[in-house]
Amino acid sequence: MVDDARGEVSLRVNGTAHRLEVDNRRTLLDALRDSIGHTGPKKGCDRGQCGACTVLVDGRRVVSCLMLAVAADGCEITTVEGLAGGGELSPIQQAFVRLDGFQCGYCTAGQLCSAVGMLAEHAAGWPSAVTADVSPDLAAPRLDAAEVRERMSGNLCRCGAYPSIVRAVLETAARGQVAG
Amino acid sequence: MKEFAYRRATGVRDALALVAADPGARYLAGGTNLVDLMKVEVEAPTRLVDVRHLPLGGVGEAPDGGLVIGATTTNSDAAADPRVRRRFPALSQAILAGASGQLRNMATVGGNLLQRTRCAYFADPAAPCNKRVPGSGCPAVAREHHNHAVLGWSEQCVATHASDMAVALAAFDAVVRYESPGGAGEIPLAEFYLPVGRTPHLETALPPGALITAVALPGAAASPRSRYRKVRERASYAFATVSVAASLDVHDGAVRDVRIALGGVASKPWRARVAESALRGGPATAERFRAAAAEELSAARPLRDNGYKVTLARNLIAAVLSELV
Ligand SMILES: Cc1cc2nc3c(=O)[nH]c(=O)nc-3n(C[C@H](O)[C@H](O)[C@H](O)COP(=O)(O)OP(=O)(O)OC[C@H]3O[C@@H](n4cnc5c(N)ncnc54)[C@H](O)[C@@H]3O)c2cc1C
Ligand code: SF4
Ligand code: FES
Ligand code: FES
Repeated sequence: MVDDARGEVSLRVNGTAHRLEVDNRRTLLDALRDSIGHTGPKKGCDRGQCGACTVLVDGRRVVSCLMLAVAADGCEITTVEGLAGGGELSPIQQAFVRLDGFQCGYCTAGQLCSAVGMLAEHAAGWPSAVTADVSPDLAAPRLDAAEVRERMSGNLCRCGAYPSIVRAVLETAARGQVAG
Repeated sequence: MKEFAYRRATGVRDALALVAADPGARYLAGGTNLVDLMKVEVEAPTRLVDVRHLPLGGVGEAPDGGLVIGATTTNSDAAADPRVRRRFPALSQAILAGASGQLRNMATVGGNLLQRTRCAYFADPAAPCNKRVPGSGCPAVAREHHNHAVLGWSEQCVATHASDMAVALAAFDAVVRYESPGGAGEIPLAEFYLPVGRTPHLETALPPGALITAVALPGAAASPRSRYRKVRERASYAFATVSVAASLDVHDGAVRDVRIALGGVASKPWRARVAESALRGGPATAERFRAAAAEELSAARPLRDNGYKVTLARNLIAAVLSELV
């Protein structure tokens, strides 16, 4: 038995402040789903291997199944529920709908949050593993299908909706709607 | 998962003291390896000391023209840093070749160095494993080992080190800096990972309770002509089968300097010093690259099912050097 095995956590989720008392073992994913009721982020593997649980923490995409809730104390979190604003789907969500970026939908919440984080990373000039030359003195790598596939490779889709996902991300990027 | 206490360290001293006071305590950084292994109870710390928020992040200039990367710098930030990309591009590429965008945003430089092997028996508490339970045996030697070591292994353990980043750091002669209850220290990457020998459970030369504070890249090793190439079983988001980090400096057709390190072949990043000395001063030709690679790999001792790695490593060394000419 450990005497201080629980902790208090403050999270801002999609703009709303939450204060929770959690078992230190609770992951951010379980805290979001079971304590706060945001069931958008999905539990696919629970081991960091599928991306279904992807959310944005302080603006960056992470897998919430490997982040402890106590370690996220004080953070600003965006789940898929927070992407749409004022009742209107965000550009990336609209592109997924228009271009059939999903079939069963299980991976979709993670794909969407990942795409938002990924487009911001690209806009910030980050190279990827398929960028031919990582030199910062060249123009930022142009986003093409190969770049999108590599940058989104942390999100698996059991239904194989990849071609449409890549199209949806590329279309959103082309419209310059990086903020999702 | 076993219960544990959690504390966010307020400073380096605080972190050291919290870990020193509890033999079951561990540092927590991005958690991408530790939390993962806690879920299967391969790791069962009684206390986590979160160091992610310590002021050890960021990339700074070193007086010798090199760079110092703080231990809590995320893998993403290290790979995206313009100075890393300009002076040590193979390091940026190695980091980008690892894991996924999400994981690199969480993972830190210190945690990446100390990530555990991906040997499936190690991650399965029901299996024997000398690394996890010293003396229990190594099932990988006789059973599943197609992605295990071909160099430097012992009968006690044939696992590989999984980090891509560490391979590039080995090529660049990086130095790991730490603070410990006994004082601060530095360990060159070449000595950081211990030989397997009879003690596969002892993985690094860090003193007990040490906190990695930074990794220093010497200015003398900076090389815009450097490259990391990784072969894996799928195009992305998989650990290395074999990888190569190399830099090459050619002058008048001759090799002035060369650095080569291999990943996926040993319990640590494998610095290919035999190949390097065979090449230094000689002509920079594809033929010489192939010969040097073959000389390096002549020491390989493949297991029943991983002989392909020897061929792969040879070809990869030659290919990467040819790309760098
Ligand atoms: C699905 C998946 C795929 C992956 N693919 C790859 C891959 O292709 N290539 C690759 O290289 N890696 C890969 N990884 C591994 C990943 O890179 C590591 O998990 C990560 O780098 C560990 O960093 P962390 O900060 O999360 O460490 P943590 O998990 O927080 O810690 C790891 C270890 O380091 C110790 N530690 C952390 N920081 C310090 C410090 N400053 N001082 C002393 N001790 C410290 C901890 O106590 C712990 O023992 C993958 C991981 C996952 C889950
Ligand atoms: S190879 Fe090493 S890690 Fe894998 S089972 Fe054998 S002793 Fe354990
Ligand atoms: S549930 Fe988190 S990565 Fe699969
Ligand atoms: S839409 Fe079914 S898993 Fe991706």
